[in-house]
Amino acid sequence: MLLQLSWLSLVIWLPIIGGVAVIASGEDDLELTKRIALLVAVLTFAVSLPLWFGFDRAQTEMQFVEFAPWIPILDIHYHLGIDGLSMPLILLTTFVTIFVIIAAWEVITYRPSQYLAAFLIMEGIMVGVFSSLDAILFYFFWEAMLIPMFIIIGIWGGANRVYATIKFFLYTFFGSVFMLVALIYLYFQADSFGILDFHRLPLGLTAQTLIFIAFLLAFAVKVPMWPVHTWLPDAHVEAPTGGSVILAAIMLKIGGYGFLRFSLPITPDASAQLDWLIIALSLIAIVYIGFVALVQQDMKKLIAYSSIAHMGFATLGFFLVFAIMRQPAAEGGAILGISGGMVQMISHGFISGALFLCVGVLYDRMHSREISAYGGVIHSMPWFGAFLMFFAMANAGLPGTSGFVGEFMVILAAFRADFWYAVLAGTTLVLAAAFTLWMVKRVLFGEVRTEAVAHLPDLNRRELINLGAMAAMVLAIGLWPKPLVDVMEPTITSLVAQVQVSKLPGARTELGAGLGKVLAGEPGLPSLTSSGLP
Amino acid sequence: MAFAATDFFLLLPEILILVTACSVLVMDLFLTADRRYLNHRVTLGGLLLALLAVGLVGGGEAATAFSGAFVRDAMSDLLKGAILVVSLLSFIYSETYMRDRSMAVGEYHVLVLFAVLGMLVMVSANGFLSLYLGLELLALCLYALVAFDRDSRIGAEAAMKYFVLGALGSGMLLYGISMLYGASGSLEFSGVAAAGSTEDNTVLLFGMVFVLIGIAFKFGAVPFHMWLPDVYQGAPTPIVLFLASAPKVAAFAMAARVLIDALGGLQGAWGDILIILAVLSLGLGNIVAVAQTNIKRMLAYSTISHVGFIFLGLIAGTQQGYAAAMFYAVVYALMAAGAFGVLVLVSQQGFEVEELTDLRGLADRDPWLGAMMALLMFSMAGVPPLVGFMAKLLVLQAVVAEGLVWLAVVAVAFSIVGAFYYLRVVKLLYFDQPESDRPILTSSSARVAISINGIAVLMLGIFPTALFTLCRAAFPL
Repeated sequence: MLLQLSWLSLVIWLPIIGGVAVIASGEDDLELTKRIALLVAVLTFAVSLPLWFGFDRAQTEMQFVEFAPWIPILDIHYHLGIDGLSMPLILLTTFVTIFVIIAAWEVITYRPSQYLAAFLIMEGIMVGVFSSLDAILFYFFWEAMLIPMFIIIGIWGGANRVYATIKFFLYTFFGSVFMLVALIYLYFQADSFGILDFHRLPLGLTAQTLIFIAFLLAFAVKVPMWPVHTWLPDAHVEAPTGGSVILAAIMLKIGGYGFLRFSLPITPDASAQLDWLIIALSLIAIVYIGFVALVQQDMKKLIAYSSIAHMGFATLGFFLVFAIMRQPAAEGGAILGISGGMVQMISHGFISGALFLCVGVLYDRMHSREISAYGGVIHSMPWFGAFLMFFAMANAGLPGTSGFVGEFMVILAAFRADFWYAVLAGTTLVLAAAFTLWMVKRVLFGEVRTEAVAHLPDLNRRELINLGAMAAMVLAIGLWPKPLVDVMEPTITSLVAQVQVSKLPGARTELGAGLGKVLAGEPGLPSLTSSGLP
Repeated sequence: MAFAATDFFLLLPEILILVTACSVLVMDLFLTADRRYLNHRVTLGGLLLALLAVGLVGGGEAATAFSGAFVRDAMSDLLKGAILVVSLLSFIYSETYMRDRSMAVGEYHVLVLFAVLGMLVMVSANGFLSLYLGLELLALCLYALVAFDRDSRIGAEAAMKYFVLGALGSGMLLYGISMLYGASGSLEFSGVAAAGSTEDNTVLLFGMVFVLIGIAFKFGAVPFHMWLPDVYQGAPTPIVLFLASAPKVAAFAMAARVLIDALGGLQGAWGDILIILAVLSLGLGNIVAVAQTNIKRMLAYSTISHVGFIFLGLIAGTQQGYAAAMFYAVVYALMAAGAFGVLVLVSQQGFEVEELTDLRGLADRDPWLGAMMALLMFSMAGVPPLVGFMAKLLVLQAVVAEGLVWLAVVAVAFSIVGAFYYLRVVKLLYFDQPESDRPILTSSSARVAISINGIAVLMLGIFPTALFTLCRAAFPL
């Protein structure tokens, strides 16, 4: 019964149509508008639940597949489907959007209906990105996402919003147009725009490398990876609270998702060859950006940098797979890395979303994001203090929270790949603890800084619901990650199997143990048999 | 010269436009000032009738008339339809503006109608003679229209510049045509094509280069673009609206007829030249547009960059490529009509939209107009789900299919630059506060037209199949 309804289409189009309805309802009856928006968000979450419960956990094929000709003359189709990678991200999207809507309740007073509509429309588009199985459909959603976000930051953002939003748009646009060329090129090789057809397509190494770089440009900007991360702190700082939450919780994940859906399976040989690049960039993000976060004065900026560092963990986990497979007896390690990266992405969605909501709570009261404007907040806002402390701990990777699970899995995987990777990745445990807890210390504890701080009202019901829901998810994943990991496991196993098969013409053998032999003929390759655990 | 009465049937749209133009010309003499609005009504009626006639005459096998001087085929059907629709839109947008400034006199309607007639003839030309006839009819009307605000010095300067450079372009074209005639002994496209297959084609190549320069002049491709920004800036906005939209479609028809029908055998040669023109247009158009503060000038440079994209489709030299270029030209005309249409509508009595900053806070003053303009800007930037993206996708696909991946990379790289100045307009519309909160008065018909225009840009982006199928049918394999 679950498979008979077009659930995915419903999850995509319900919020988009609902968003249009919210705009159409106008600014006159604000209560009504907000209720419609919330209703749409909750309904969307409700119709996304069957994706979780009806999901066949043993299957590696795409599920909930929908197929309809869209532009048949160009072989472009409305082809949707989800697997263990996309399904959790879709649920994350529909879940977080509800709280973005709630967070806007009393705060947004300027054109609220447009604000709420933009988030609903964006929700549909983001679900579309995660569920597209047609490359052009994917690109369609991928780019369309920029328009509402551009508007959100530009209209409801902070003082420097115009600079931030144009930078955001141009950076992402820059990354993605090259991906478009790569997708078109792939079409002529595969004679189809189906992403799954791309997965099966044999490709020469030069073509793979160029395609890999085009994808890297698109996804690295989105994740964002060092050194193309500079749009993120600006966008986060200037965006309204809801915008920051969506950016951190979901949009960044789209970059990570892209690596798993496109880069690894379509260009496995180029990925194997250039994995050092991604690993290096990820480690730089973890270590260097960790230090950068340490010196931030602005809370949102600090969380933004922390996001970059944490997403570095996700990309590290994804690209450890090749380094692990070069080790003898590496069974399972590769899966661990990718699973860890995925868990990290989901968990980061909740934690960073919640942290931005926390900053939003303070900002709504004090209109300042400067850490130095606060101090001793715990005295006037004990509930808030408890939540902020909890999320900060989660951000630092405290066991029992979701932040720990992903990081731990990735670090374990890193040990299988190379001792030094693990050491560098491990610094995050110190750095993240340092920058988050130091911020918490300066904001929550110490002397009550000003009169205004002393009289801050504590969380209201709406904020309590928001932070409580996020905290529940962080705890749930932290204490019992098994359901989440189980959902992803078959897909990731088949993905790992897929990237082990070389796509080079005439080299269609298993990589894994045979990797050295297959690639040994390629000039200029680093030796694949040395290096490893001491 | 003998011809059958049925020949006239094929010319029904042209005849209707001609009749309308002559009627307005005569009628205007007898109209009192308070009944001048009839000019507008009759013109709209004529255009609508012509549009119906295109539908009536169109469809089916290609047919020629007047000893092969005139052709009606799938391409002419679609392009004539596009020209008439876009001209209709621009008439509707311009009505209030022209009336407010006492420019809604009979001559304005007559000149535009004759220009439309010229375009229709160009689209249906089956030989160089009828092509040139249509082209000059169009060009002469446009020269006069650019100087239509006779008290405007900048308008007169623009018209002069346009005239001199346009004449130069026409001269080049004519010279090239004479060469082609010399080499092939025929003025018909098919005759020239037949000569293209001979071994020694030096003269033909020589003529082709000049014809190509003529085409590039009319399109405004770099390095023959000099007239374009000045004309756009100097001419009254409704004239720019007209000049920027429909004539691009006609120019595409000219390029397609000449390059594909007549010089298809020399694709390798003109393809290489077009690559240079396209890359230069994309580069210069996009980069220089960033530096503009005058919005009409900015859109002029943006036109140049879009011409680069249209050329890319032709460069591909395949059915897919030609169809993509045609799709692009039609879609661009629609977008340009909409964008200039908004400028015309925002210009009120005693207030002209000239500078980018004049659009400040438009979304506050008039949310619907602001939204339409934003849609058009995102579409021109090539952001899905708008049709500008589909047009770019089709062209890129055609180019990549021919192995010209580097050209596609160049094109998308410059479109990133392009995105910046379109975004700047959206920024002005949405993020800035208006300088005056005077409401924007527009006629309801103009409002309906701009809504149709904006929504068409969205719907064609989501469902491009029908239009693209028509474009493909224009280029049978």
